[in-house]
This record gives sequence, C-alpha cells and structure tokens, in this order.
Amino acid sequence: MIINRRNMLGGSAAIVGATMLPKLAFAAGGGGSKRLVFVLQRGAADGLGIIAPVGDPSYAGLRGALAEDYADAPLIGGLFALHPALERSAAMFAAGEMMAVHAVASTYRDRSHFDGQNVLESGGTRPYERKDGWLNRLVGLLPEAEASGIAIAQNIPLALQGTHKAGSYAPSRLPDAADDYMRRVAQLYMGDERLHMLWEESLATRAMAEGMNGSGNMRQAADVGALAARMLSGEDSARIAMIETTGWDTHNGQSRRLDRELSKLDTLIEALKVGLGELWADTMVIVATEFGRTASINGTSGTDHGTGSTTLLYGGSLGGGKVLGDWPGLRQSDLYQARDLRPTSALEDVIASTCSSHFTLDPELTKRTLFPGR
Amino acid sequence: MTNHSWSIVTTRFGYGQRPSARPNGSPKAWLSRQVQNYDPRPARIMGLPDSEAITRQFSDFRLRRDQDAEAKRAARRALRSHVQDAIAARIELAVHTTAPFTERLVQFWANHFAVSTEKPGAGPLAGSFEAEAIRPYILGRFADMLRAAETHPSMLIYLDQAGSIGPNSRRGQAAARRGRRRVGLNENLAREILELHTLGVRSGYTQADVTAFAKALTGHTVPVLRRFEQDKIYGFDPSLHEPGPKTVLGKTYRDEGSREAMRILNDLADHPATARHLATKLARHFSADIPPPALVSRLEESFLATGGDLGAMTLTLIEAPEVWAETRQKFLTPWEWAIASLRAIDTDEFDPLRARRMIVNLGQDLWQPGSPAGFEDKASKWAAPETLHRRVEAAQTIGRLGARHDARTLGPMLYSGIWSENSATAVARAESPAQAMALMLASPEAMWR
Repeated sequence: MIINRRNMLGGSAAIVGATMLPKLAFAAGGGGSKRLVFVLQRGAADGLGIIAPVGDPSYAGLRGALAEDYADAPLIGGLFALHPALERSAAMFAAGEMMAVHAVASTYRDRSHFDGQNVLESGGTRPYERKDGWLNRLVGLLPEAEASGIAIAQNIPLALQGTHKAGSYAPSRLPDAADDYMRRVAQLYMGDERLHMLWEESLATRAMAEGMNGSGNMRQAADVGALAARMLSGEDSARIAMIETTGWDTHNGQSRRLDRELSKLDTLIEALKVGLGELWADTMVIVATEFGRTASINGTSGTDHGTGSTTLLYGGSLGGGKVLGDWPGLRQSDLYQARDLRPTSALEDVIASTCSSHFTLDPELTKRTLFPGR
Repeated sequence: MTNHSWSIVTTRFGYGQRPSARPNGSPKAWLSRQVQNYDPRPARIMGLPDSEAITRQFSDFRLRRDQDAEAKRAARRALRSHVQDAIAARIELAVHTTAPFTERLVQFWANHFAVSTEKPGAGPLAGSFEAEAIRPYILGRFADMLRAAETHPSMLIYLDQAGSIGPNSRRGQAAARRGRRRVGLNENLAREILELHTLGVRSGYTQADVTAFAKALTGHTVPVLRRFEQDKIYGFDPSLHEPGPKTVLGKTYRDEGSREAMRILNDLADHPATARHLATKLARHFSADIPPPALVSRLEESFLATGGDLGAMTLTLIEAPEVWAETRQKFLTPWEWAIASLRAIDTDEFDPLRARRMIVNLGQDLWQPGSPAGFEDKASKWAAPETLHRRVEAAQTIGRLGARHDARTLGPMLYSGIWSENSATAVARAESPAQAMALMLASPEAMWR
C-alpha cells in the first residue's frame, strides 16, 4: 500500500483540517437529554498504540516488537488497526458507535505531564494561565435547567472546576491505588532498605490475598463506568461527567501495560454504555490525553513523551466507524522534531466541534468559550 | 548541634511544614519560642463544651434508662457527637497550628494519661479531658497534671474509679447491711496510676500498695452519676471514703478524706522511679525506640532537680544533642504522617471527619489506644507492611487533594537538605500532578522523623 505524504482519511464528508475542524457530522441534535462524558487519559497515552497505523511502511520499523501486538488485528480505515484489547470498542466501531481522530495534539508543545494536562484541562493557551476548566465552561453553555457536571472522583479535576455547577462523587472507601502508581512507589523505596523490605512484603501479602490482580482491575473499571452511567441517568442528573484514568505513561514494558490499561478503558466504556441504556443514543464520550509518545520504541520496550496522539469518540448516534484526521506519515522527515507523530488536528478543535455538534450549540461561541484565545 | 535542616526539625518536633507558613530563625529558638509563648487555651478547642456540660448530659442519659428506645438512641447520638466534634477540632488544630512542638507535647502527655472513647461516659469526655487536665500543665509541674488527670471525670469513669466504694465507708456499710455484695473497692485506677502514670511497671510496688492506694482514692468520684447527688459534677464524696490510715510504699498516710489521695499522688510524682519512667518515655518519643541512656539520665536529673518541672525537662530535651541526630530513626505514627501530609498540601478543602476515617484506616483513631497504656510509642509498631501499604494508598487520596501544587518544587522545599535524587526523579516522572504529590507524600523523606 502506498501512503501519500498527506493521506486524507475517512472520506470527503469528514476531512479534518490542520487548524480548523469542520462541524463533525453527528446525528442531528435537539432534545434536552444530551449527555457528554470526558475521559482523560493522564500520563500521555500512546495514540500510535491505540489506533496503530500498521499500514504505514515505517511503523513496523519504528515499533519493533511492539508492532507484533497487532499481527492479527483487523484493519480499519485501510491503514489502521485497533489495539486488540479494545474488543468491545471494535464492535462499537463496526456499529458506527465509535471513531477516532488521529494525529491530534493540544496547543501545548513541550513534554511535561503537569503542564500538558493543565493546558488540556484549563483550555488555556499556556500552562497555569487559567484557573477554571473548559468542561466547566461547557456546563455554562447548556440551558440552566440541565446544566451540571459531575466528576467520578473524590475531587473535582481542573477541567470541571469553575463558576458553574459541578460536583464530584466517588465511593468513600479509599480507592485501590493504580498499579502504575504502585510500581513507582517500589522505585521510590529502592534506596530505603527498611521501606523496601516492608513494601515488598506488603505486595506479596496482598497478591496472595487477592489472587492475581487483573480481575480486580477490570471489576473496578466496570464499576466506574456503571457509576458514571448512574450519575448521568434520570431527569435531574448531571449532563456532563468526567472520568480520570491513569497508567498511560508507558516508558517501559509498554506492550503489557497498554494491553491492561486499554482493557480497562474498553471495560469502562462498555459498562457506561450498558448502564446508560436508552440514553446511550444521546451520549457522547470523548477520550483524550495530554500528549502522545515517541514514534519509535525506546531501550526499555516502551516509548517516551511525544506530541501527536489520538482522540477517541464514542456514542450511540455517533455515525462513527471511521478514523478521521490528516495522516502526516511516519517517515523520519514526517515526524515532529524527527521523533514524534506530527499533530495535524488541534485537540481543542476536535473537542469544540464535538461539543457544539452534540449539544447543538453555536460552533464559534463554543470554541471561544471553551478555548479562548485559540 | 549540627547544621540541621528544617525538614528534619519540623517533622521530629512538630507535624512537618505548611508551605505557606514555614519557620525561620534557628531551630532551637523556634522550639523555645513555642515553649515561652505557649497558649494552653487554643480557640478551636475552647469552643467545645466542657466536662461539666458533657458529664451532666451523660448523667441525664443514664437516668433515661427506663425511657423509650428512641429517646435513648437520640441521647446516645448526642453523646457520640462530642467525640466527633473533639476529633474534628483536634485535627484542624494540628493541621493549622503555628506551635506544632507544644501540640506534639500535648499529644505525648495525653497519650501518657490515655483515656478511651470506647468507654461509655469517659469517651465523650476525651476531648475535654485533654483540654482541662493536660493542656494547662504540659509545661508546669508534673504533680499538678497528675492530680488533674486522676480526678478528671473522664479518667474516673474510664478506670472505674467512679464506682469504687470503701468497704467500711458509710455507704459501703449500708450496702453490706442490705446484702449487696457487688458494692466495694475497685483497684483499677490505683493500679494504673502506679504502673502506667507514675512509677512504671515492675518498679517495686506490691499488691498491698495497690489495695491501700485504692482505699485512699475512694470518694473521688463523679457525684452526678450517682442518683442521689444530681448537683455536683466533680468532687469528693466523703460517704464513699474508706476510713483509717493507709500505707503505700512504706509510708503511712492518716485519713484526711480527699487530701489523702492527693498527698500520695504528690509523693508518687516526686518518686525517682517516676522520674526515670517519664524520662524514658519522653526520650523514646523524641529520639529512638531504644532511647540513648545518657539522654534518659539527663531528663531524669532535670525532672528530679526541679521538683518535676515539665517545662525545665522540655528545655533539657531541646538542648540534648541526641535529639538532634541527623539519622532519622523513627517511623512517623499514622496520626503524625496524616497530619503532616495534610499540612504539606496546604489546603482548607478537607473534611476533618474524612481525615479521621483515613487515620483510622491507617491504624490509629484519636483517643482510642486500645489500652490504658496509650498508643505504643515504638516505631516498629507502625512500620508494618500493611500499614505502609495503606499509607501509600492514602497518599494517593491526599495527593489528589493537593494536585494544584507542583510537587517538583514542593519536594525540595518541604524536605530541604534530605530530598533525594531518587525521590526527585520519581516525582518529576510522575504522570500527573496528583500522582507526583502522592509520590512525594509516600516518599521515604515523608515517612521518618
């Protein structure tokens, strides 16, 4: 397959420009029961691993062993393969309830999680420029009667902070700490003999007590999805929800870790869909991350902080089943700073277009409100 | 004293730092300033109901015994709310205090004279006990604290003294004539005073000393709890007091009513075994699980030379080179770690009762030590695999609360001089601000004092 430098994806109806995303063609809006869920992937999820451009001639060379994960994955949109862990997502893709926009990045161009997440959540043009978040400002654009947001978390994340009505909800029990965090703690205690010993012992005991922890993770992901669905159901419920996911900072052992995190994401979305029932037809889910990862694999079977990634959209009336975006290619000269997937779509545009289309809002006003200065 | 970093000083002698209110000057001056300017009546604590009000409420509850279930439930709820209120106040004060050293001393002495919220009657008074019997005395004479603690209604109820009756007292004899065998002496308080509060275990007192002391203590009760004395909360009821002389530790005390037990308490306070016991505990708390013998001796001498002046003993502690050791040996208690973590994130957006649930999950509830001996003060007790695991999980929760901070700059500031390359790297590589804060709070630098 020959790939052009600029290979437009997804057909003429959904061409995505580099600076402006035309209104995405979703099923017509109207009605007051629209829901939106924003899933933030904290830690820079690898877009090239989620929607793998296996048809790009440079991909296998850049990814080495990681490319093997997609050997049996069916092609979508001619060029791409969905990560095999996204089993239920694949079914949704086939049913038109899922799509992806590739080579996406926010206005932020450096590679700090902290700053990148701040830009993405605040909707500002520079880190720490704004104190409120775009998701909160979106609440302000909805008719007052139905305007409220909820974070499925113990605290309200920055994206949902601001002057408009937003709350947070999470079971009061201390949550099981994420595996990724636990792994980092082990690293933290390497230099402290006593803590290292205690830590190893506690991990061993817990593992013994719980069996292997994979099933617990999946249960938890399903619980979060189901909980979000409950919070969005009913007449007076919140219309906008935010879910934070972690574990995407895959500097090493990416294959196994991405597989696990994507399984959790897949499980979460499925639980959300099932929990929403009929409301799924009125629901839009945006899954986004602060930036992408390096195009090539690093020395520890992982990838490092990069730039362009992918954004996933889900929804019962999405009219999806395609991969949108302006594919920049993966040849050395195509890459951003000769290392990362070059962003060709602005995440701010993807979000603003999605929101204005979904809620039938004026596109210009939406863009201006959510991402002022952009 | 060596060139010490504030990060060690504030953790060892306080509850860590608040980024918005960092200490300055010299560490010793910072400590002695707190001793000089000590305020025994912090507003947050003094706003709560006193022992008199709560004891009266408990007495009303007991009188309600025959009434309907709903009224009893409501009364029990009201009593329990005193525990919650006092704990919330205690947590808020610890998180916000600008005098963390004297707050730590309050906690140390309150734990020495432990009462428990698990005991009906004593529990709702735990907060007011600390405010009334501990706070005013932490820098005064030990004998004064001892008398205040042992005659406080919370202690009298907790260690069963309130129901102790001299067999030959007027009421004791009256009860015997009516054939009530359950009425009589209770030795609990007398024994714990000797074993835990003064001389220390295996310091030479005998069962006869315990019994005689228990007899001397009779009459010290909580009159309002007795149906026939509704007006008096505190005090001595002579009709319960065992008559005749009592011999304790070889010294015979003539019957002087209420003053008799006070004389014995004063003598116990001055006893060399008491000096050694208290010096050992104080040294263990501020230095190491196995306290350096030289430090114990100096504290002991200070106590004996000043007639049990806790202020003088505190100053001796501050001057001791042993407590300034660079090596951090002591694993923070769950309470200390939780408070230090809440101070580190510098936020008012935490619910103190949620903080309490977290501290309970970490293995400690305020005023619930499980035994009259108080919480054990050996770090090995807290530094266990499961408790560390829970702490690491709690760090994640607190980290989320503190996510507006940048742990990359906060780490080197809060843990100046000890912030390791390894921890800095872990924090810098975190995948989110919240995770970075969590790693900072779970770091080895945040675990030891």
